[in-house]
Amino acid sequence: MAVEKFETALKKLEEVVKKLEGGELSLEDSLKAFEEGVKQSAFCSKKLNEAERRVELLLKQRDGSFVKKPFDEVD
Amino acid sequence: MELFKERRVLTVSALTGLIREVLEENFDQVWVEGEISNFASPQSGHCYFTLKDSGAQLRCVMFRGAARTLKFAPKDGMRVLVRGRLTLFEPRGEYQLVAEYLEPQGIGGLQMAFIQLKEKLAKEGLFSELHKREIPKLPRKIGVVTSPTGAAIRDILTVLSRRFANLEILISPVRVQGEGAALEIAAAIDDLNRLGGLDVMIVGRGGGSLEDLWAFNEEVVARAIHRSAIPVISAVGHEIDFTISDFVADLRAATPSAAAELVVRSKQELTAELEALVYRLDISLVRRLEIWRAGVRALSRAVADPSRILGHLSQRVDSLDGRLRREADLMLGDCGERIESLAVRLNQQNPVLTLRRTEERLATLSLRMDHAMGRRLAASAERLRLASGTLNAVSPLAVLGRGYSIARKLPQRSVVRDSREIGAGDRLELTLATGSALCRVEEVRS
Repeated sequence: MAVEKFETALKKLEEVVKKLEGGELSLEDSLKAFEEGVKQSAFCSKKLNEAERRVELLLKQRDGSFVKKPFDEVD
Repeated sequence: MELFKERRVLTVSALTGLIREVLEENFDQVWVEGEISNFASPQSGHCYFTLKDSGAQLRCVMFRGAARTLKFAPKDGMRVLVRGRLTLFEPRGEYQLVAEYLEPQGIGGLQMAFIQLKEKLAKEGLFSELHKREIPKLPRKIGVVTSPTGAAIRDILTVLSRRFANLEILISPVRVQGEGAALEIAAAIDDLNRLGGLDVMIVGRGGGSLEDLWAFNEEVVARAIHRSAIPVISAVGHEIDFTISDFVADLRAATPSAAAELVVRSKQELTAELEALVYRLDISLVRRLEIWRAGVRALSRAVADPSRILGHLSQRVDSLDGRLRREADLMLGDCGERIESLAVRLNQQNPVLTLRRTEERLATLSLRMDHAMGRRLAASAERLRLASGTLNAVSPLAVLGRGYSIARKLPQRSVVRDSREIGAGDRLELTLATGSALCRVEEVRS
């Protein structure tokens, strides 16, 4: 699920930041960690800014199956 | 009564005692309804109140033991149904009802049911924090169980559209009040679970009277919410109304709008959280680089001939710094280029292209093979032609064709090459180009 991926990415980013802030890493490893962090943050912000919106009505058929219909919003 | 025919004088106590007996024997179990007034519940734990209607009033007491079983707090003005027995409080000469059971009337009956169900479900552990599912941080697919024409759905959609773009909202339309509404709501919750794929669902309706909200106080709805695998946000009515659904749900929102805001707020929080992390990420690396640079500077002062080491390290830092910037640019901005180059590479692996190339190669090869074969055949034909020409030239038949003939001496048929081999009168056979002749030698000349 997309949600989980977002949350995993956020968690990874957090770990990377903590590692970097810890100051234990060599310069090379710091850069690697930073690259990783940038990658994760780009993914997170992409997920957050994805703009898509759909409103549907779920209708149950007589045979128990479901049908989705667009819901007319009265804004 | 016999008692009163004679002029028998009774003491007040005796008479009161008799009246008490009569009362207690005849009104051992009565149901009476009325409105509570002068309700008092002192330290003793007993409850004292007056039950009245427009024409009369009745003193009542509910002793501590019975009062403890009360599921609600009786108040002045409340209409109640009381079960009890009549007795007489002799010191004051007052008869009173000893109430054993009290039940609110009308709207109070619902309240009573509410309290009882709440108690029952609480005992079963349906409200336990242990059962609460976590509301996802960034829900993308939200189910809404409510009336498609009610105020709740409009409020929810308004809030969601104002604040959060990336959503799929699936409305499961139900009646939210009246007969059968509770069953519809419960079925809709089950349906959304069966359908799956939702991150969270909002179950609710706008505000209304207690009767209007009643479906959300029914056991079927509570149980459906409890067994839902999808986290449920309950959003019923106005802020002050609490329903059983609110207690069972994983999260209670005061209103449908508030439910939408609870979902949305988490997005705003996340944006802030993400920004903070990115800031810390940048800062921490910048600090690391500063520390390394400072280290290099310190080295440069400490080392006697530092210029080479310094130059090397400094260059390394600069190159890493540059790499950092490039990487950051690449990560942040220019993913497109990488994708394009990957696409080109991918396209090069396209089996159609490979096939086409193989076909071309095959065609070339087969052309080359044709040419080679053709050349070889031509060469062979030429050789054959030459060979048969030579053969022709050396063939005795060809010599005969040019007018020569072969003479053979009979009977040996030995070929005659020298005139000394023959004498006059010998018989010779002459082989001509076509046919032969038998001849006799007339004379030999040498």
